[in-house]
Amino acid sequence: MDFLNAIVAIANYVLIPGIAYGSQLALGALGVTLIYGILRFSNFAHGDTMAFGTMVTILFTWWFQSLGISIAPLPTALLALPFGIVFTALLLLGTDRAVYRFYREKRAAPVILVIVSMGVMFIMNGLVRFIIGPDEQRFADGARFLIRARDFKQWTGLSEGLAIRTSQAITVVTAVAVVALLFWFLMRTRTGKSMRAYSDNEDLALLSGINPERVVMYTWLIVAALATIAGVLYGLDKSFKPFTYFQLLLPIFASAVVGGLGNPIGAIAGGFVVAFSEVTITYAWKKVLVYLLPESLEPSGLAQLLSTDYKFAVSFALLIIVLLFKPTGLFKGKTV
Amino acid sequence: MSEPFLIGEKMTGGYGKGPDILHECTIAVEKGEIAVIVGPNGAGKSTAMKAVFGMLDIRGGSVRLDGEDITRLTPQARVAKGMAFVPQTSNIFTSLTVEENLEMGAFLRHDDISETMEQVYGLFPILREKRHQAAGELSGGQRQQVAVGRALMTQPTLLMLDEPTAGVSPIVMDELFDRIIEVARTGISILMVEQNARQALAIADKGYVLVQGRNAYTGTGRELLDDPEVRKSFLGG
Amino acid sequence: MTAMKVNWKNVALFALVAVLIVATGFVQSWNTALLILNMGLISAIMSLGVNLQWGYAGLFNVGIMGLVAVGGLATVLTAMPPVKEAWAAGGMRMMLALATGAATIGGGILLYKRMRPGRRRTLALMLWLVGGFFLYRALFDPAAEAIEAVNPASTGYLGGAALPVLLAWPLGGLMAAGVAWLIGKTALGLRSDYLAIATLGIAEIIVAVMKNEDWLDRGVKNVVGIPRPLPYEVDLQRDPGFVETASSLGLDPVTASTLFVKLGYGLMFTAVLVIVLVLAELALRSPWGRMMRAIRDNEVAAEAMGKDVVARHLQVFILGSAIVGMAGAMMTTLDGQLTPGTYQPLRYTFLIWVMVIVGGSGNNWGAILGGFLIWFLWVQVEPLGKMLMDLLTAPLPDGALKAHLLESVAHMRLFTMGLILLLVLRFSPRGLIPEK
Repeated sequence: MDFLNAIVAIANYVLIPGIAYGSQLALGALGVTLIYGILRFSNFAHGDTMAFGTMVTILFTWWFQSLGISIAPLPTALLALPFGIVFTALLLLGTDRAVYRFYREKRAAPVILVIVSMGVMFIMNGLVRFIIGPDEQRFADGARFLIRARDFKQWTGLSEGLAIRTSQAITVVTAVAVVALLFWFLMRTRTGKSMRAYSDNEDLALLSGINPERVVMYTWLIVAALATIAGVLYGLDKSFKPFTYFQLLLPIFASAVVGGLGNPIGAIAGGFVVAFSEVTITYAWKKVLVYLLPESLEPSGLAQLLSTDYKFAVSFALLIIVLLFKPTGLFKGKTV
Repeated sequence: MSEPFLIGEKMTGGYGKGPDILHECTIAVEKGEIAVIVGPNGAGKSTAMKAVFGMLDIRGGSVRLDGEDITRLTPQARVAKGMAFVPQTSNIFTSLTVEENLEMGAFLRHDDISETMEQVYGLFPILREKRHQAAGELSGGQRQQVAVGRALMTQPTLLMLDEPTAGVSPIVMDELFDRIIEVARTGISILMVEQNARQALAIADKGYVLVQGRNAYTGTGRELLDDPEVRKSFLGG
Repeated sequence: MTAMKVNWKNVALFALVAVLIVATGFVQSWNTALLILNMGLISAIMSLGVNLQWGYAGLFNVGIMGLVAVGGLATVLTAMPPVKEAWAAGGMRMMLALATGAATIGGGILLYKRMRPGRRRTLALMLWLVGGFFLYRALFDPAAEAIEAVNPASTGYLGGAALPVLLAWPLGGLMAAGVAWLIGKTALGLRSDYLAIATLGIAEIIVAVMKNEDWLDRGVKNVVGIPRPLPYEVDLQRDPGFVETASSLGLDPVTASTLFVKLGYGLMFTAVLVIVLVLAELALRSPWGRMMRAIRDNEVAAEAMGKDVVARHLQVFILGSAIVGMAGAMMTTLDGQLTPGTYQPLRYTFLIWVMVIVGGSGNNWGAILGGFLIWFLWVQVEPLGKMLMDLLTAPLPDGALKAHLLESVAHMRLFTMGLILLLVLRFSPRGLIPEK
């Protein structure tokens, strides 16, 4: 019985949050890795792109709520999501037109594009704070739980509860659907294949008649969708705050690099590696250990390896370890 | 004499704002024939081919394809006109499967490409076997076959090959040359730069020996192979 | 030798900044003007440090915030009085814990280098690191708890060495250099955007440590009342001699004392800026500086010529970081308090980058100009934006929208900085004062 309780506690506090967070990171890292593969730079504005998409979605959510439109028990934000994607796509295409295209035509060095993306980051960050303010926003509505801890205890008779929040379930389902769709697009459609070809060998892609501007346009459209979805799922699961989204850059970059920059499968794997490292290392294992160990051996402290304030340190350490020992990532990434 | 199918006439030019590498260099191919450019290192062989394909600015001369002046067209526009180019290196999409490589070759086409793909597989049977394998995992000779196959997918009227046998074994080289002759028999003109001058001239209808960006000797493959001057200077006796 | 030609455009640019600051004095107040000047001086030093890394060597460091914060920490460790009770409660245990932590990492590196690659090494390394970690935590946790329990409302930390605060400036540089050495050892030699991501991460970690390790610097409870190198205003106001001099200049004692202190800081910062600038210019013109730029412009060729690129990069990375760390210590000295919660990457990393790029990367004068100009804009965009927004929203009826617009003006500065950066990159990519 104690063993089952320990398993349930791990599932409740490590497995489920880790899967949900991993899915969010994977979607974010997919966006970073696609931009790296096609446009060949690390986009520092990605966190703020996610913030922008989420903000638009929140604004539409509020509007729908005021109109009384609801898809309960699902959160209204899912209905607003497509609008968020459309606005983000417009913003990204506009940014590309006004900013990035110039440097692409000049074939500027990647590091210059990174600095340019820093400028874009400032502008997007200012825009988001200007429109919705710097404060935390909660916009999840509908049913809060799919399975409640109390109900679970009643069903199973265990003393440890297992809860699955709606936002976690939605995150996983959406992430699976989005990833499946993305891979179908990349592997099966002509446009998707041309994107992979362009990422693989730009000059040969040009010789084959692939139009780079079209490839770039599709990339931004997909990135807009991925970033908005990742941002909205993260916001539903936790909450929305512009600064937090900016800070997500680090675990997202870590995911993309750990998996191998430019490699979509790597980005997904990296997302989960980073998420589970973060969750397991900052989780207070006391709860699990009291079930497993005899009373005399029970830990006096929380049995937490690192305080949650240091979760960045986990992403960072992973990043450094991978960069030092396997510079192209777990899956083979590319270098520009 | 009527105009050749493709002619780069009296081309002069170099890369960017750099010095001229080509000096009034003329290269021509007849329909369904094989023309080979040979010469010592640094003679401007690849440069001449790139000039024909529009990859560098030529400051003098012109390029005409089937009577049409294409001197000012971009390489991409020339692909649309029926020219296909196989670069010497990085000539395949390594992370794509063999079949996807061929599909990408046909990117500009909107008709049914399965027939062309069958022709390519007919020409290079090994590629059919490895169609679902990533092209980067193939051997050097097989990669060159993928590269040529990709170029053929546009159904070109002219195929340009930049040192197709660089880095492959002599056996593979002979086989590649055989395939190239087969391609020419289907009516596709071939313009090729080759290090292995002797073997290349043996299959060539026309040969161009370039020295320092100028036409040094021009003739049929046979003539050049028999020319004592050419033999002495370029074919090692 | 030709006589030095005066570049009137550059003189005009610096004159413009001077006019802007003086105008602030007339329009707003001299207090504000001096505040802008002082922070402008500090910003100029920071951007000199970043220019050393980026402009001279092409190293892309986005961990500036961490170096600034380390400099701030140095101020506390240097100038604050030690908390004797805290030292008695757990000081030695804490030192032992830190030594254990360091030994664990050092031993791990030694193991990795000495043992042959293979499963045995991996296993030994894991055992060593895990064992060391638990030993460290066993020592560290009770020590931190004991220290933090000592009068938490006012101390709860170990305090500093009670040394003169000016020593914190070189010490801040030294500590930042140490951090830079660690970063450089691990991340230099990686590709430019990997270095960027790594430095971004380490800066976040440094600030997280400073926010959470209360035993070290009281965390988000802040350390206030850091000793000053200059007299306090209240003391000046009580000094009859000072009051007399002030009134002879036609100033009331309160204004005179604040101006006196700010001017004092201004002079000290100017002295540091001049020293750093002279050294940086000498370095730029020396064979070392020429080699740096040669490496920046063509790493492969430089390497082929037998230059040790990674070692040179490490050198310049440490030097630049030390300058930034020193400026961080100066800033905390000026503030008189350490507030770890206020270190934000947009302000302390990316804003400095805007300064360097706008000023002109590779040119020290450009970096200084950028420091002053961008700092001025950063401060003044807000009131200017507010004026503009007041004007624009005047016809609007009072209500939520108007209130929101007026309130949001505060965020205009981020937008403006981004716009300035993009415009300069696009239309004047070499900056206002380009590299010669």
